[in-house]
Amino acid sequence: MLGLNSRDFKLFIVVCLMALAAPILLNPFPTASALGESFNAGYPALMQRFVIFGILVIGFNILFGLTGYLSFGHAAFLGVGSYAAVWMFKLLSYNVVPAIILSVIVAGLFAVVIGYVSLRRSGIYFSILTLAFAQMSYQLAYSVFTPLTNGETGLQVYNDDPQILMGANSPTSPHFFGLEMNSQYTLDISGWSFVFQNGYYLSAIFLILGFYLSIRIFRSPTGLMLRAIKSNQTRMSYTGINTKPYMLAAFVISGMYAGLAGGLLAAMDPLTGAERMFWTASGEIVVMAILGGVGTLIGPVLGAGIIKYLENIVSKINDSILHQWFAFMPDWLEGVLVTIIHPFIGKGWHLTLGLLFMAVVIFLPGGLVQGGQKIGGLFRRKKTDDAADGAKTPAE
Amino acid sequence: MSKSNFSRRGVLKTGAIAGAGLALPTYLSAASHAGYTNAPTGSSVKFGFNVPQTGPYAEEGLDELRAQELAVEHLNGIGDGGMLNTFSEKNLQGDGILGKKVEFVTGDTQTKSDVARASAQSMIQKDGCVMINGGSSSGVAIAVQGLCQDAGVIFMAGLTHSNDTTGKDKKANGFRHFFNGYMSGAALGPVLEKEYGNERQAYHLTADYTWGWTQQESIAASTEALGWTTTQNVLTPVGAGDFSSYIAPILNSGADTLILNHYGGDMVNSLTQAIQFGLKDKQVNGKDFTIIVPLYSELMAAGAGSNIQGVFGSMNWNWQLQDAGTKAFVKSFGEKYGFPPSNAAHTCYVQTLLYADAVTRAGTFNPCGVAEALEDFEFDGMGNGPTSYRGSDHQCFKDVLVMKGTDNPTNAFDTLEIVEVTPRAQVEYPVDHPMFAGGDLGTCNPGA
Repeated sequence: MLGLNSRDFKLFIVVCLMALAAPILLNPFPTASALGESFNAGYPALMQRFVIFGILVIGFNILFGLTGYLSFGHAAFLGVGSYAAVWMFKLLSYNVVPAIILSVIVAGLFAVVIGYVSLRRSGIYFSILTLAFAQMSYQLAYSVFTPLTNGETGLQVYNDDPQILMGANSPTSPHFFGLEMNSQYTLDISGWSFVFQNGYYLSAIFLILGFYLSIRIFRSPTGLMLRAIKSNQTRMSYTGINTKPYMLAAFVISGMYAGLAGGLLAAMDPLTGAERMFWTASGEIVVMAILGGVGTLIGPVLGAGIIKYLENIVSKINDSILHQWFAFMPDWLEGVLVTIIHPFIGKGWHLTLGLLFMAVVIFLPGGLVQGGQKIGGLFRRKKTDDAADGAKTPAE
Repeated sequence: MSKSNFSRRGVLKTGAIAGAGLALPTYLSAASHAGYTNAPTGSSVKFGFNVPQTGPYAEEGLDELRAQELAVEHLNGIGDGGMLNTFSEKNLQGDGILGKKVEFVTGDTQTKSDVARASAQSMIQKDGCVMINGGSSSGVAIAVQGLCQDAGVIFMAGLTHSNDTTGKDKKANGFRHFFNGYMSGAALGPVLEKEYGNERQAYHLTADYTWGWTQQESIAASTEALGWTTTQNVLTPVGAGDFSSYIAPILNSGADTLILNHYGGDMVNSLTQAIQFGLKDKQVNGKDFTIIVPLYSELMAAGAGSNIQGVFGSMNWNWQLQDAGTKAFVKSFGEKYGFPPSNAAHTCYVQTLLYADAVTRAGTFNPCGVAEALEDFEFDGMGNGPTSYRGSDHQCFKDVLVMKGTDNPTNAFDTLEIVEVTPRAQVEYPVDHPMFAGGDLGTCNPGA
């Protein structure tokens, strides 16, 4: 179906269902319960981040997963996309369509320039070049381009901006032809409450489209060419193939995905700042991809989800919440447990992430997807040889 | 390899699914529930404390969090009640707010606007907070204030000193108790004139964001009014860590005064490095080289150690004040944590109590009712003397402290001494003052 083989189609359907049903799936516990208060992730702002960073990392994976070129400056495209989108809000109106289109185009053009220069080198030199460009963009956005970016304060829409397409009755927050991004419908079912928000669904549709495009690229002749570059670029050159256009195409597509993600971030929350381009943001993208499984279709999306979950959920657990959880225990045991867990929660969420990342890199070099395949393999090995074959090639 | 099978049936099917997907949001739009965002329904009400727990302003943020926890305890009747006993309004009895127990959630802003907004969004959307309190960077405070305005909850700003917070970026749902750059300038001016005379060449190092810019503008204006000249203003990135490359040029600039528009860990680093470069021991233009840090805090003073001796600055409040409110707060904070509170802690504590009191006076948690109760509200007993919340820009007006690094400290907490309590009249300004112009308060937004 849809030009996909049956296995990819199944995966695609799973992703579609997960994206569309996320408001339900991410709220497994009743809202008022202790578990729900701490671990439910089904609120719009976080779900938006799940899918938007999912889009970003899907794009990153087209470059890193297929060609093996590690871009360490991908956040620059995200930032450029966000600035483009917010400027569209400032100049035209709060309609997200021009904003998202322009953010993709601007990020694409930016990627052409950076890619053209950076792709002259490979390996570590390529990574350093992209990092340098990204940091340069960050510094420019931070200080030199202050009139354009509003520096550290961040670019936002003010009441006295031109907004030439803005009618008298136009919504005053981002909208899709009148459909406001932040309007939502809350479904209350006996203790659970599920929030369906327009903005989330717009992002989810883009995630689905982006994921579909990424499968098609992975399975296309171009995808095969990119993989050939990963396995041995020199040999490709010797056989008379000019690899440069393929590389540049992958780089630009990947940059456009990042621009789309940036535009969506701005569409959900019309404010942006230079910090989106900082090198730690680029590093986060790399970590997301590796955590989930580089070169796999679904892995990067999982990685993005896990990091955003830790950042938003674990960082909000504090000692008083821990005391609530362990209140049923004797006081001394409660004290001991809280002391042990304390470094890993709240501001210590980076530590939790670090440990998880180390564990994945050491035990599951193929990322969480490899973990899933291993578990799947335990159950399937007896049936066919097919599964064993799949386990050997985690890069699919 | 790619595989195309665009059959008529396939296209129709796909079209139907895509159409359904696109139509879904229309079906789901227009949530309608009466009242205001996160109206508390049960027996409790939730506050969100959104402070930097990591990053250059983490020290201040963690101290704010301590004070916020203390405020919640006092509201719920735990502990000795602190400033509730000295506050001029007596509506809060230690039984929560309007009979509802106060609960809170915390978040880490990391001193980044994006993260702060994500954290505040989670507090509003997931935890159902009716009020967000916090800050410790004006960029972050302004970003979160805008978010709260859109979401329809009250933002009680913590430590934010930029003129813009209640100037060009002011919002109807946001309130600031802390003082601002203009007030620092107005308070410091006369003291600096008395101490250093009328002929000084000032070199500014300024944190490159809204707070740094507006404070620099304010200080430059007030020192230039004394007859000082501003030699140069150099913008430095926040969290730079190493300022030596910015400090070396000062030696050759001919300036005899260094004004550090830095805060938190940045100020500790830049001041320490300035001293290491020997600036303080130099003689320029026949005068002793001096350093001024317009915005001080105890935590910075502790971090900078002996380097701050004799350095002038200003503060919103200090634990060494001798009024009843200060004494009560310092006593309960000290008993709980073992050291005196910083002025960041004080402002967050006071803001939480002020919000609670406004809710009881309004009889509702509705942001519009609360805002009305806070606007032009006069109170006393919170450590700053008689104070009022101006309705037209939601800025508090009160006395400002001019501080100096203690020359001969006697203990670990004896780092700053109060030089002068600048009376409120001297730091007041009209709402349309040029440094605060261009903003639009808008109207209060109760949300859904």
